Amino acid sequence: MEFILLIKGLIILTIFALSLGIAAYETYFERVIAAYIQDRVGPDRAGPFGILQPLADAGKLFFKEDFIPTLADKGLFIIGPGIAMLTALMSSAVIPFGDTLLIKGQYIPVQGMDVNIGILWVFGIVSLGVYGILIGGWASNNKYSLYGAIRAASQNISYELAMGITLLSVIVVTGSLSIRTIVGLQHGIDWNIFYQPVGFLIFVTCSLAECNRTPFDLPESENELVAGYHTEYGSMKLGLYLFSEYVNMFISSAIIASLFLGAYNYPGMDFVHSFLTGKLGESFGHNLATVLGILVYILKIFFFIFVFMWVRWTLPRFKYDQLMNMAWKWMMPLSIVNLIIVAAAELSPYPLLFNYIGLAIFAFLYFGSRTVYNNKKSKL
Amino acid sequence: MEETTKLAPNNTADALALNVPIVSDTDQSILNLGPTHPATHGIFQNILTMEGEKIMDSEQTVGYIHRAFEKIAERRPFYQITTLTDRMNYCSSPINNFGWHMTVEKLLQITVPKRAEYIRVIMMELARIADHLVCNSILGVDTGAYSAFLYVFQEREKIYEIYEEMCGARLTTNMGRIGGMERDLSPTAFKKIKDLIYNTLPKVMKEFETLFDRNRIFRDRTVNVGPITGKRAMEYGFTGPNLRAAGIDYDMRVIEPYSSYEDFDFEVPVGHNGDTFDRYMVRNAEIWESMKIIRQAMENLPEGPYYANEDHYYLPPKKDVYNNMEALIYHFKIVMGEIDAPVGEVYHAVEGGNGELGFYLISDGGRAPFRLHFRRPSFIYYQAFGEMIKGLTISDAVPILSSLNVIAGELDA
Repeated sequence: MEFILLIKGLIILTIFALSLGIAAYETYFERVIAAYIQDRVGPDRAGPFGILQPLADAGKLFFKEDFIPTLADKGLFIIGPGIAMLTALMSSAVIPFGDTLLIKGQYIPVQGMDVNIGILWVFGIVSLGVYGILIGGWASNNKYSLYGAIRAASQNISYELAMGITLLSVIVVTGSLSIRTIVGLQHGIDWNIFYQPVGFLIFVTCSLAECNRTPFDLPESENELVAGYHTEYGSMKLGLYLFSEYVNMFISSAIIASLFLGAYNYPGMDFVHSFLTGKLGESFGHNLATVLGILVYILKIFFFIFVFMWVRWTLPRFKYDQLMNMAWKWMMPLSIVNLIIVAAAELSPYPLLFNYIGLAIFAFLYFGSRTVYNNKKSKL
Repeated sequence: MEETTKLAPNNTADALALNVPIVSDTDQSILNLGPTHPATHGIFQNILTMEGEKIMDSEQTVGYIHRAFEKIAERRPFYQITTLTDRMNYCSSPINNFGWHMTVEKLLQITVPKRAEYIRVIMMELARIADHLVCNSILGVDTGAYSAFLYVFQEREKIYEIYEEMCGARLTTNMGRIGGMERDLSPTAFKKIKDLIYNTLPKVMKEFETLFDRNRIFRDRTVNVGPITGKRAMEYGFTGPNLRAAGIDYDMRVIEPYSSYEDFDFEVPVGHNGDTFDRYMVRNAEIWESMKIIRQAMENLPEGPYYANEDHYYLPPKKDVYNNMEALIYHFKIVMGEIDAPVGEVYHAVEGGNGELGFYLISDGGRAPFRLHFRRPSFIYYQAFGEMIKGLTISDAVPILSSLNVIAGELDA
C-alpha cells in the first residue's frame, strides 16, 4: 500500500512538473512559432536556439519591482493571479497521461487521480479560473482592467455552455464521466472525432474562447484595452497571469486530445504492446508501451498547442457583440442540434452511419433554407 | 445631467486630486482614450463618455505635440522650412517636402526640368505606398492580426532604403531642393526601385490582400463600421482616400495636375459607403495605382538636368562651390538667407498620403514668408472622428481611428 502511495506521489509530482514545464516551454514555442509565421528570427540569445528564454523571462519577472497601485485593493490584487494560477494547475490532476505502469505485479494508472467525475472536475475548476481574472481586473481600480475583466467573465460563461453541451454529446457516446474510461473506449483509432466531427469543431472553438486566445482575446485586446485585466500588473504577478494562460492552453489541448483524439491511443498500439511484451518481458515491455503512449499523447497535445498559436498569429479578433452573437446564436444551437443527432444515432443499430446521415440532413436543411431565403430576399 | 457627467471624476485618484465628490447618479463613466494609448498612434486624447462599452459622447483634444510650425516658418528662409514639413506627416515626408518646394517654385515662377519632376513623382508615389502600407497594416494590428503588419513593414523598409540611397536619411527625407532635386537618381536607387516595384511589393501585397480582403472576421469588424456619406465628408472638408472611400473622386493629382502627373495613366479608386472597409480597400487599390505610376515614370524617365538653372534659389552643387566663385557666392547668399523672394500670394496643394496637403504662402518680399498656412488633412479628419464613433463601441472606435490615418505630427503640426 505504501509502495503504491509512493509511486502515486511520484506520478503526481511528475505530472505537476510536466504541466509546469510544458507551460514554460509553450512561451518559447509561441515566440518561435510567431517568429516563423512573421518571417523573423525570434529568440536566439539565451542558450542554444534560445531554449533558456523561459528561464530568462522568469528571472527577469522575479527581479522586477513588485508594484501595487495606491488605490488598488491590496488583498484582492495579490489573490487574483494566485487564483488564476491555482485553478489552472489543479485541473491537470485528472488528465490521463498514459495507460498503466506495471510495477511489482501491480497496474498503476499514469494519472494524478482517477475521479469518476473527472471531466466535471475539469470544467468546475476551469470555470473557477475566471475569478482570478475578474478579481484581478476589479482590484486594479482601472477602467481598462475592469472592462477586460467583465469581458472575460461574460465570455467564459457564454462559451462554457456550448462547450458543456458538446461534452454531453461525448458522454452520450461513451457513457462515462471519467476521463480514463472515455479515453479507454477510444482504443486504437476508434476516436471520438469520427463519431462527432461537429462536436470536435465546436469544442476546439470554445477552447480558444476559454483560454482567451485570439480570435477571442477580448479581455486583453491590446489595442483597445491597453492590456485588459492585467494592465496594472507587473513583476511576477503579471508572470503568473501569463503563465496561467499557457497552463490553461496546455490543459485545453490535453482535454481536446483525450476527448476526441483518444489521448494515448494510436493505431497499432495492440501490436506494439504484444511485440514489446514478447520481446522484453511482461513488465518492462508493458511499461515501454505505456511510455510510447505518453509520447503519442504529448505529440497530440503539442499539435493542438500549435493550432492555438497558428490561429493567434493569423486571424484578427472579434468584436464583443459578435463574440456573444457567435456564442449564443451559433455555438449553442449547433451544439444542441449535434447533441440531438448524436443521441438519436446512439439509439439506432449503426450509430456512426446514422450520425453522419443526421448531420447531412441537417446541413441540407440549413443551407437549403438559407439559399431559399436569400433568393426570396434578393427577388424582393 | 450633462454637467454632472462632465464633472464626474475619472477615478478615485482624480477625485482626490480635484477634491470633487465622487458623484455617479448615471451609468455613464469617462474613459480616456489617450494621450498615451496603444490605439492612438501618436499623442492625442479622446475623452469618451461611456455607458458600458458604448460610446455616448466624445471630446477630442489636439495640441499635445503642437510645435508652432506656421509661426516658426515666418522667421525662416524658404529652404529651411523643409525641415518643418518633414516632420508633419512623417509617414510620407517626401510628399510634404516636394509640395513645399513646388509652392515656392510657383511663387518664384521657376520651371523645373522634366527629369526632376519625374524623379519627384517616383519618390512621392513611393512615399504614398509607404504611407498606405503603414495605415492598412496598422488597421490590421488594431483588429488583432499582427503578422501581416510585419510582412508589409519589410517592404516599407525597402522604400526607406531607397530614401537612404537618395539622401542618406530615412524618416525626415530632405531629398529635394527648391528648383529640383538635390542629386540625380543613382543606378543603385534605380535598381532598388525596380526590384521593389516589379518583384517584391506585388507579391507581398497579394499576400496581404489574401489575409484580409475576404477574411470574415476582418470584414465583420470593418464593413459598415464608421461610415460617412460623401456629402457629410465634403462638409467636413475630407479629401484624399477618406473622401474617395465615400464615393467622391477627388484627387489633386487629377484635378490640378502638378509635377507632370498629367503624363501618367492611372485610375482613381472610389468606394461606396465610406466605411472602414472602403477606406482600407481604396488605400490598397491606390498602392497598385502608385506602382503603375512608378513603372511608367521609370520607363519614360527623360534625360537631362535634374535641377533648374536658377542660381538665386537652387543651392549649387558642392563641386562648383569649391571651384567656382559665382557658385560660392550664391551658396553663401542662399545659406545665409539673404535672397529676397518676390511679393506674392500662392496656394499649392499636392495629394499627400492622407489627402489634400495645401500650402498657402504669402510673401511680402522678404527672406521668409510673411505668413504660411499648412492645410493638414489629418486635422480635418480628426474633427469628424467624434461624430463617427458616437453610439459605437470602443472596439469600433479603434479601427475607425486607424483607418482615418490620423497622424499626430500632421494633426498638431
